[in-house]
Amino acid sequence: MANMAQAIRMALHYAEENYQLHDVFGQDVGAPLGGVFTATQGIQCAWNSPLDERGIIGMAIGIGMAGKRCVAEIQFADYIFNTMDLLKLAGNMYWASHGQYSIPIVVMTPVGAGIRGSIYHSHSFDSWASRLPGWKIVLPSNPLDAYGLLLSSILDPNPVLFLPPKALMRVKGKELIPGEPEDEKELKAMIDAPIGDRTQWKPRWPRLKEYLIPLGKGRIVKEGNRVTLVTWGRYVGICEQVIDDLIASAMIDSTDVELIDLRSIYPYDWPLIKESVKKTRKVLFVNEDTEVTNFAEHLSYRVTKELFYELWAPPQVIAGRHVPGIGLHPNLEDASVPGADEIKKVIIALIQEVP
Amino acid sequence: MSVSSVAVSRKKSSRKSVPRLRLGLSHELCRLMYQKMLYSRILEERLIKIYRAGDGYFWIGGPGEEGFGVPLGLLVRKGQGVSYDYLHLHYRCTPTLVAMGMPMIDSIRLMMNRSTDPCTGGRNFSNHYCFPQWNVLPVTSPIEVQYVMALGTAHVQKRAQSPGITIVTGGDAGTAEGDFASCLVWSSRKGQELPILITVQNNRWGISTAYEGQHGEDCIADRARAFNIKASVIDGNDPIESYRVIKEMMEYVRQKGKPAFIEAFVSRLYGHSSASGANYVTNEECPVRRFEELLLRVGVIKEQECNQWRKEYEEEGFQAQQKVRQEPVPSGESIWNHIYADQQHPDWRRF
Repeated sequence: MANMAQAIRMALHYAEENYQLHDVFGQDVGAPLGGVFTATQGIQCAWNSPLDERGIIGMAIGIGMAGKRCVAEIQFADYIFNTMDLLKLAGNMYWASHGQYSIPIVVMTPVGAGIRGSIYHSHSFDSWASRLPGWKIVLPSNPLDAYGLLLSSILDPNPVLFLPPKALMRVKGKELIPGEPEDEKELKAMIDAPIGDRTQWKPRWPRLKEYLIPLGKGRIVKEGNRVTLVTWGRYVGICEQVIDDLIASAMIDSTDVELIDLRSIYPYDWPLIKESVKKTRKVLFVNEDTEVTNFAEHLSYRVTKELFYELWAPPQVIAGRHVPGIGLHPNLEDASVPGADEIKKVIIALIQEVP
Repeated sequence: MSVSSVAVSRKKSSRKSVPRLRLGLSHELCRLMYQKMLYSRILEERLIKIYRAGDGYFWIGGPGEEGFGVPLGLLVRKGQGVSYDYLHLHYRCTPTLVAMGMPMIDSIRLMMNRSTDPCTGGRNFSNHYCFPQWNVLPVTSPIEVQYVMALGTAHVQKRAQSPGITIVTGGDAGTAEGDFASCLVWSSRKGQELPILITVQNNRWGISTAYEGQHGEDCIADRARAFNIKASVIDGNDPIESYRVIKEMMEYVRQKGKPAFIEAFVSRLYGHSSASGANYVTNEECPVRRFEELLLRVGVIKEQECNQWRKEYEEEGFQAQQKVRQEPVPSGESIWNHIYADQQHPDWRRF
């Protein structure tokens, strides 16, 4: 199975072949490296930009103003913060021009901790991004979703922030991407650049097919009926593992927890959350961005407001600690982002809570 | 008028038989430039009157930049799409828009934030123009962001081998921002040069802060020269010099596909904005009056004509204000319009 970096690469290739995508650019995005995560390796329209995040976002907006699509990469979300005003402008351009200039661009930037990345390679951006009206914001949790969400993002006429988790870039999926060869060694031989001299190397792309995941739609990863657990990005896999561990240790039943991968945090799939919470009457939101004015607080507020009389327990949010950064030592990182034990405890407490 | 432009133009005029001003441009063009400059000034003064009458909340604009802005607008390859020039303007570019053909009433609709405002639908300040039919991209309040957005349209034009170029303008204070440096860096990379005309209209002010306290360089154009960008420093209050140099630089950008830079010294005749009073300042040169005096002296225009034009333009501004007063204003519900370009409703309450 492809990993997420390979999935992104395949989506970009599909788009350059079929969606008139002519520009994939950013720091180290073009040859020879093809991105620090290799997510743009072998892409014909990928090119290297100066090491200048504001230049990258400005260039992308300008390309969008000319009515063209592009995918601009900020190498790590940690370095996107000095472009905040430009992101705001990209989000408001269609509105401020009274519907005269839409900006059909994708900004791709890997987010989150989990790679022992210390203070400037562990930032999350999802909650910050949720305060950028006019953008759509998506976070894939697996390679197939990365493929489907990225293709939808490229086709979308609005600016889209595509936020793959750093820690998942090398993680393989469980489902084949349409057109992907079943033998992962064959895929690797086809689309992974060799170590060393790459000047003569060219990828051999599989016969990929279109696969679109609508933006704004989540998915139920695992059905259950006593607690709804809503998460996205890196924490989908972590929460799935937590649930499996609890089931394996007989601390919960296999049908106790309904796990939702939100996929898009704006627009978001409220009907999916609502229906699930109406069924389970208890909800937990988990993500790794910092906890104060965390996006999950908005969701928790909405659940409280709209489903108050359906609830059997207060909605819970587990998020990253409100600290200035994530320290390098594992003890520091583990103490800064939601841990499996913390998630387990809250799940059990919610199940046990009697109204 | 600068000494150099006089000398050059005299040589040219001796070789041509068509009627030409001694200074190098035809009478018709000079008359047209003067009329556009006067029209732009009277429009800006009308906008200030609208602010003072309580018909608008804020004024910011470009009186004092007519000598540069009008020639720029007249020289633009005007149209929509990649084949035409893209304009990433700042908020003192009424003269450029007037030269391109913008009627007063559209600027007044913007000033009075009516829903009929063709630029923003009543959403943004005066002089924050947007005219897609002329590739005039949305003007923003941040003073620097246009310098990086311009890279994108120029990049698309370069790939399309378009006859159109990208024009980006700003003020001297905005050059302190990193986006200005980004524009110089990205547009001048060897083998990847971009077809951009970069201009700085230097009025020697950043709101209340004087140029002298903010710059160590002798002139801003030197920063462009450091990137091997062809650069020129001109008297932007002289429309003839402006026209000649802009034309030359535009031709260079079109033919070579490389950036060019103009630093134009201009005036700021009504202060930064209505926030600083919008009162006429007497210690800066008025380019409209200067050009008018020159054309009267040479006989290209007559006093009577000037009075007639002034009267016509003032009447047009007055009538436009009266008309716009009667036009509809945006509704509160319209805040949700034009957030997404597809069918997705942007309000989370509607998800």
